[in-house]
Amino acid sequence: MKRVGSAERVLRQTPVILFLVVLGGFGLLSGSFLSVENLVNIGVQAAPAGIVAVGMTLVLLTAGVDLSVGAIMFVAAAVAGKMALAGQPFWLVMLTMLGIGGVFGGVNGFFVTRTGVAPFIVTLALLFVGRGFALWLTQTRAMNLPDVFLQLGATRVLGVPLPLAGFLGIAVLSQFVLMRTQFGRQIYAVGHNREAARKAGVESGRILAIVYVVSGVCAALGAILALGQLGAVTPKFGENYEFKAISAAVLGGTSLFGGRGAVLPGTVLGALLIQSLENGLVLLNADPYLYPLITSAIIFTAVLLDSVRNALLARLQRRKIRLEPELGSS
Amino acid sequence: MNAVAALEFAEVSKSFSGVRVLRGVSFTLPAGRTLGLVGENGAGKSTMMNILGGALRADAGTMRLNGAWHAPASPAEAERAGVAFIHQELNLFPNLSIAENIFLTSFPRRGGVMIDGRTLHERTAAVLAEVGLEMSPQTPVERLSTGQCQLVEIAKALAHEARLIIFDEPTTSLSARETEMLFALMARLRARGIAMIYISHVLGDVMRLCDDIVVLRDGAVVAQGPRAEFTIEKMISLMVGRTLDHLYPVRKDAARGAPVLEVRRLSEPGIVRGIDFTLHRGEVLGIAGLMGAGRSELARILFGLDRFEEGEIKLDGRPLGRGAPRDRIRRGLAFLTEDRRAEGLCFEASIADNMALVTLVEHTRTPLRLLDLGRWRAAIATMRQAVRLTANARDEQPVRTLSGGNQQKVVLGKWLLAKPRVLILDEPTRGVDVGAKFELYQLILQLADSGSGVLLISSEIEELIGLCDRILVMNRGEIRGEFSRAEFDRERILQAALPGEEVRA
Repeated sequence: MKRVGSAERVLRQTPVILFLVVLGGFGLLSGSFLSVENLVNIGVQAAPAGIVAVGMTLVLLTAGVDLSVGAIMFVAAAVAGKMALAGQPFWLVMLTMLGIGGVFGGVNGFFVTRTGVAPFIVTLALLFVGRGFALWLTQTRAMNLPDVFLQLGATRVLGVPLPLAGFLGIAVLSQFVLMRTQFGRQIYAVGHNREAARKAGVESGRILAIVYVVSGVCAALGAILALGQLGAVTPKFGENYEFKAISAAVLGGTSLFGGRGAVLPGTVLGALLIQSLENGLVLLNADPYLYPLITSAIIFTAVLLDSVRNALLARLQRRKIRLEPELGSS
Repeated sequence: MNAVAALEFAEVSKSFSGVRVLRGVSFTLPAGRTLGLVGENGAGKSTMMNILGGALRADAGTMRLNGAWHAPASPAEAERAGVAFIHQELNLFPNLSIAENIFLTSFPRRGGVMIDGRTLHERTAAVLAEVGLEMSPQTPVERLSTGQCQLVEIAKALAHEARLIIFDEPTTSLSARETEMLFALMARLRARGIAMIYISHVLGDVMRLCDDIVVLRDGAVVAQGPRAEFTIEKMISLMVGRTLDHLYPVRKDAARGAPVLEVRRLSEPGIVRGIDFTLHRGEVLGIAGLMGAGRSELARILFGLDRFEEGEIKLDGRPLGRGAPRDRIRRGLAFLTEDRRAEGLCFEASIADNMALVTLVEHTRTPLRLLDLGRWRAAIATMRQAVRLTANARDEQPVRTLSGGNQQKVVLGKWLLAKPRVLILDEPTRGVDVGAKFELYQLILQLADSGSGVLLISSEIEELIGLCDRILVMNRGEIRGEFSRAEFDRERILQAALPGEEVRA
């Protein structure tokens, strides 16, 4: 029972292996891809979607999904733009953004726990509400923000660019909460079976609500980092982030059915992998119109590998009734 | 009886939408004793225990636990009061470790937040030692067998200092050996002064384990008292409210017909080896063996659910090949699976939809193959009568709402509609009460009398002896014994089923 076969061990590490294969592949094709500067650059570019993906991971672990993250980013950024242009202090703008994230997450959490409507529907509704609200607020015009935002993106903490440091910091914190606190372990229990968790004395509703609030706040943090890179709010701000975040989490091995997965290394690797693909394709001067096709093909392959892997793991763990003579008996 | 009773029920009643499920139930469980709770499905046992365990609230009446009022509003509250409930379907989380499952709501912590890994490990190891489970606290629960999961549940009860432990049908999915280990553990718990309530359809176990017995029928206590006042026959007649002459229908000595299913040297590495037998028309052939002997796996292979490496399966003299279940059903094979909830039924779907699942295509009209609703309904109605399904359920009602016995009748009805040449039954009476069992037995024998072959897998040797014409015994994936009706002997069948080393011991 205790021995874990080497085949099994390799299979468990497929996200890491895939990541290394992509890095190695682009490294061979392009000399500058593996330079420290470029790798740091990938990390910085991956940060906004990466932070959103961390929050998404918590939601996916409870067997839910949060489709509203991109819309929350847009609302937070639109309000921030209005406030900044009206001369409000930078710290107040940031706090307001986080507050918006928390409130929207709270709305998701309320409807998911109190009405029993499927998370997919609740958060899809909030996606439309959020995007509609922000489009009305901005009147679909782009806003250029004061330089403080861009400076934020360029700040370094102990030599590490702030976006990357923030992303990794949040990831480490989340991983700690997931693995080493009662709240974290209960997330996994709720994700496996919400009703069984309730019967076991877990406050399932409270846990679900908190998880959606966290996801909303992470979306707001992602919006702050994205503003730090773009310096402007456009009508397409935050679009498709929900899919990037879900892809990153799933690439990292988090199950869409809940109860399985982790932020480290899983989701972080997933986010870096997706960004490495885009970055590598740029370096190779690939046709930009081909990016989505290539990226999606690789993501699909990865998820396919993942399900093949799970089938193999299940077969390896299948109980044998009788030991064949040549294997000896226990 | 001078000490304070562990548990007292006084006139507890409960109704669901106007139907009275419990009618003023009163009984007393003296401290440190084990109480057997028996009754047919639907007699109100589960409702009673759910009220005790905090999942439901009583409409009227009171409970006292060790002298104190007990009216839990939630399972968590009942747990704090010292009541632990070992459910029939275990409530563990396979994606968490043993330690995490035990302390899910009460992790030892440092600084109020961070889990104290070392204390968690030590405390888990301590309770695991008490229940005799030698495994690391970090082992993921998905790696444990059902028996081991049950030990974890009991360890959890001990970790929460339970004073009263409820066991609901704990042996249904345990092997004979695991059952013995459970009983030994229960004896140790009893010696420690823990009161227990034991619910089971296996009345022999109830007689063996319990100090006192309470018999429930139609929501009311019909008898209670020390074990000495009961016999198994008495319990049964109290439960069903009439005297059952036989536990098993009379088996006519049917003339053995032509071979219908022939299995030759069937092998799949690690699963079964050299399986060789012939099933005749009109014959009920039993397969005995311990849990994990390969009986269900053999059935899955015969039905085309799993592959096999060598050997041959013939139906009516023609090879069955390696086709999928779909082909086998067409050839006349039917398979009532062990786990009716997960494999035998579409749990949320209606009685009618479940019954028609296999034979839907026969109730269609060409050219567009549209469903002929009239013919379909008529077929369902006939079959409902044939399997004696409860008249209280509507065709559109989800099977989830039926009792275990009626659910099994739906599964059986589904296959009987297909008029099978061979019916394979895997533990058909598990979790089914005495009355419904008898009816299922009659249906099985009727099918055999009409000329089909029946392959009956069961862990209850009595059942096999009561129904079968011949019994094969499987052990570690091989057939290790064959008994004809004249040779039926409980001891010898059990001997053949036990692994070699245990016979020596």
